[in-house]
Amino acid sequence: MKKYVCGVCGYTYDPAKGDSESDAPAGTAFEDLPDDWVCPVCGASKDEFEPED
Amino acid sequence: MKPVEVKQDIYWVGAIDWDIRDFHGYSTKKGTTYNSYLVVDDKVTLFDTVKHGFAGELLHRVHGVIDPAKIDYLVLNHMEMDHTGSILEVVEAIKPEKIFVSTMGFKSLQAHFPTDDWPIQKVKSGDQVSLGSRSVSFVETRMLHWPDNMFSYIPEDKLLISSDAFGHHWATSERFDDEVDASELMSHCAKYYANILMLYAPHLRKLFAALGEMNLDIDTIAPDHGVIWRSDPGKILAAYERWCNQHFSQKALVVYDTMWHSTEMMAKAVANGIMEQGVSVKLMNLAVNHRSDVVQELLEARALVLGSPTLNNGILPRMGDFLTYAKGLKPSNKIGAAFGSYGWSGEAVKILTGALQEMKVEIVDDGIRHQFVPDHDALRACRELGVKVGQAVKASA
Ligand SMILES: [Fe+2]
Ligand SMILES: [Fe+2]
Ligand SMILES: [Zn+2]
Repeated sequence: MKKYVCGVCGYTYDPAKGDSESDAPAGTAFEDLPDDWVCPVCGASKDEFEPED
Repeated sequence: MKPVEVKQDIYWVGAIDWDIRDFHGYSTKKGTTYNSYLVVDDKVTLFDTVKHGFAGELLHRVHGVIDPAKIDYLVLNHMEMDHTGSILEVVEAIKPEKIFVSTMGFKSLQAHFPTDDWPIQKVKSGDQVSLGSRSVSFVETRMLHWPDNMFSYIPEDKLLISSDAFGHHWATSERFDDEVDASELMSHCAKYYANILMLYAPHLRKLFAALGEMNLDIDTIAPDHGVIWRSDPGKILAAYERWCNQHFSQKALVVYDTMWHSTEMMAKAVANGIMEQGVSVKLMNLAVNHRSDVVQELLEARALVLGSPTLNNGILPRMGDFLTYAKGLKPSNKIGAAFGSYGWSGEAVKILTGALQEMKVEIVDDGIRHQFVPDHDALRACRELGVKVGQAVKASA
């Protein structure tokens, strides 16, 4: 599963860790996060994220 | 050190930093102010504090209105140390009943100070707190300038306390927009936006759209740096709108450094070519222009042309400094090219072109490299490069 980077603040979503703030458990792929999920650091929406290269 | 009345029972009680000349790499040639606002109501409330070393000035001004120990609420709109460096002394002096911060503000405050026994209350967008005859609503404004930022809005007074947004670094004895020179004021605001907020433009567009939908009735904007917008708050709102929508003027910027004047000669020839096209150009030698002043010009420029000679197979160090800084600020939707003289290897133009590409600048020419001192033909080629840049600027209008 790919990591995704926030284009606004630089936060990296790591599917191996998930996002505890929005109840996304470890192992949740970025694609499987809900559409209204936002960056836990800056509040940017999912479409602001790019796959990490 | 008198407080200044902003509205009835609302006072500016901040501090003036006449001496600061460097703000994490941004040259503040005329100092700055750290603004705090005191609202006297059933709940006496202080909005934001000041940098380390200025607590005395803040508390002295508060004293001019009320005993600081009578302050009930403390609102912290942003945790960066220019606004919280004095917080331990301030909290000690006022012993607030409550301290209001955003959710992200709570995280950053904890990571700065020993807050365990502080009466912190987290707030989010839309939360409202009554102060007695008036209320305060909070609006989270993440990345304007940190994840923790928020606005405090007092609807009864049509007052927006905007934290870092709409501010500028300029130490003055005057406190209001109508008391200072209007064009100098806008120049300080442009420099502040370019150096602090330019990289967030796409995010700010969304944020301002959301704020627009809230239809806040505002007649005064009180930022945490610089003068208060009481006469023409629409002016700074319109400027932010223009900047974050990246409406560029028909202007080109030639930024260069030079070793033995050869790249300087080339830079002047490039600028002449741009001028021949009737396009406004600014020539900025990095030996005499600070990176933060160059970035201010970059904000509204359509074209960025870079020049450096080759030194030890690389570029001159001041150009490296400028590129590191400019890349981080993510200028977008620019056109550009590079040039430079060299002795024997000549890597600089390729490095500069690569740096422009990394900033997603549209390259209009492969660039010009010339060995040692440019002759007539080389300078003509540089002028032609300028003509090409000038034409591209006009074509993009
Ligand atoms: Fe800040
Ligand atoms: Fe600030
Ligand atoms: Zn983010």
